[in-house]
Amino acid sequence: MTGQATSQAWSSHEGAAALAAPTSTEKRRAFDWRLLLGFFLPVAIALLWEAAVTLGLAEGRLVPPPSRIIAMLWGLAQTGELWTHAWMTLWRVLVGFVIGALSGIVLGALSGSSQTLRQLLDPTLQALRAIPSIAWVPLFILWLGIFEASKVALIAVGVFFPVYLGIAGAILSVDRKLVEVGHVFRLSRVQLARRILLPAVLPEAVIALRSGLGLGFMFVVAAEFMGASEGLGYLLVDGQQMGKPDQILAAIIAFALLGKTADSLLVAATKPLVRWQDTVRERL
Amino acid sequence: MLSFEHLAKTYADGTRALSDINLTVHEGEIVALIGGSGCGKTTLLRLIAGLDRESAGRIRLDGEVLSGPHPAVGIVFQEPRLLPWLSVADNIAFGLDGFSTAEKKARVTHALEKVGLVEHAGRWPRDLSGGQQQRVSIARAFVTNPKVLLLDEPFSALDAFTRASLHEHLLGLWEETRPTVVLVTHDVQEAVTLADRAIVMQPKPGRIFDELPLTLARPRDRTGLPFETSVRRVLTALDHSLKAPQQQPQRERDRQAAALWW
Ligand SMILES: Nc1ncnc2c1ncn2[C@@H]1O[C@H](COP(=O)(O)OP(=O)(O)OP(=O)(O)O)[C@@H](O)[C@H]1O
Ligand SMILES: [Mg+2]
Repeated sequence: MTGQATSQAWSSHEGAAALAAPTSTEKRRAFDWRLLLGFFLPVAIALLWEAAVTLGLAEGRLVPPPSRIIAMLWGLAQTGELWTHAWMTLWRVLVGFVIGALSGIVLGALSGSSQTLRQLLDPTLQALRAIPSIAWVPLFILWLGIFEASKVALIAVGVFFPVYLGIAGAILSVDRKLVEVGHVFRLSRVQLARRILLPAVLPEAVIALRSGLGLGFMFVVAAEFMGASEGLGYLLVDGQQMGKPDQILAAIIAFALLGKTADSLLVAATKPLVRWQDTVRERL
Repeated sequence: MLSFEHLAKTYADGTRALSDINLTVHEGEIVALIGGSGCGKTTLLRLIAGLDRESAGRIRLDGEVLSGPHPAVGIVFQEPRLLPWLSVADNIAFGLDGFSTAEKKARVTHALEKVGLVEHAGRWPRDLSGGQQQRVSIARAFVTNPKVLLLDEPFSALDAFTRASLHEHLLGLWEETRPTVVLVTHDVQEAVTLADRAIVMQPKPGRIFDELPLTLARPRDRTGLPFETSVRRVLTALDHSLKAPQQQPQRERDRQAAALWW
């Protein structure tokens, strides 16, 4: 978007920033309250359970109190195990996500922008989508072995479909009226794609990538269940086999933190691209 | 000079939106197209803008047959159609891709001044009122200095006050380069305020029913008697076009009456 870049040099955004400032702080203050309210229930339950176990009202062997989970997390972090496992999981998700998202973007863009290609690609992809992704596992293991390749493939498949559907749908739903503005100014096909279609699909593309990432984290668990010696999913299986519910819960918390962090990073990285949007985003 | 020769448009579903339109619009003239709903006004503008293809006949601009969007033709749609991801200034600069940064800046700044939005240059379209958005869209069309400017009911969604001030902004911009203007409107007052000629259209199939010259001196006094008379003449013609769809236009008689009046 060179047009924007060059003109930003001289068009002042300060006025807009100054006008937007009070509303955004107001929003933040209101949001803080809701955030605190959201913490109330889990914290209250955790404290109650902790008290119940401390007072001997409950045994807490199968449902360990928060202190034991935190101690387990702390221990895993101290030995460095937590980081190895978390990093392994993250790496698998990232590789699978990149492969799945890139192919989803490319195929989605193709099928969204050309009727012929859509009629060629879409039926097959929709048929494949009807297969529960986990059902591919045995085949992937036969084809790619039980190590990384089959795990990454499963994650990539999980990421691919939401991204493909999101991108194709976003392109198809671009407002004809805005495209006509491009026609009136006689934009070439490439210019039209760059100056109108791309910015118009960005918000939905971000949403598609986020759901892709979410599914990536879902499938990494499945992938790590099918035989891994490292990864947070391995910690889950190990905790079950060794009868260590605190380890399972510690791994679950690590999963939640990792997934949330990855999602927030994705949102933060794409925020400048969709800053102009004033809808949905806040609600997601 | 913009001219239509036997122009016709039949949509794919068989709707005869326009049939045999013959009209010449002089350079720098402001022409208002009025007529009931569905008589092909928007269709005509879309043909001139090159957004649709005519089924028969042709449109010429200074002798050149128009086929597809032309650099000398600008359009303001009924909705502002601003690009929500560009600031106000960048929206206005949208059609200035081939120009140097300095030239762009100069033109956009000037256009912003003309439509009174200088202090809004850096804002997003979503933060503007409807009237402000429509001014941005007018500025976007003017900034490329088109020879022909098409306006499709650009002010129909606005209140009377905003509309009157936008008429002034529009005339202010028009004074500078005197483009040929084709304005579609439902508002007879608006037509008489802005136009040199009113073209009354009739539906099914869309065609020209009558033409009325509006030769009042500018700037026009909306409260004066000549203004009132012109409004009444256009209203009468409009009335005839709606009441007697097949009736032949009484162009000659009207023109004589007009001549007598002046
Ligand atoms: N894309 C289309 N396909 C088929 N018919 C159409 C299409 N667009 C317009 N029409 C028909 O063509 C006729 C003229 O439509 P047009 O939009 O030009 O009317 P108009 O004079 O602008 O009306 P209004 O004052 O309500 O805006 C109408 O009967 C309409 O139904
Ligand atoms: Mg119309």
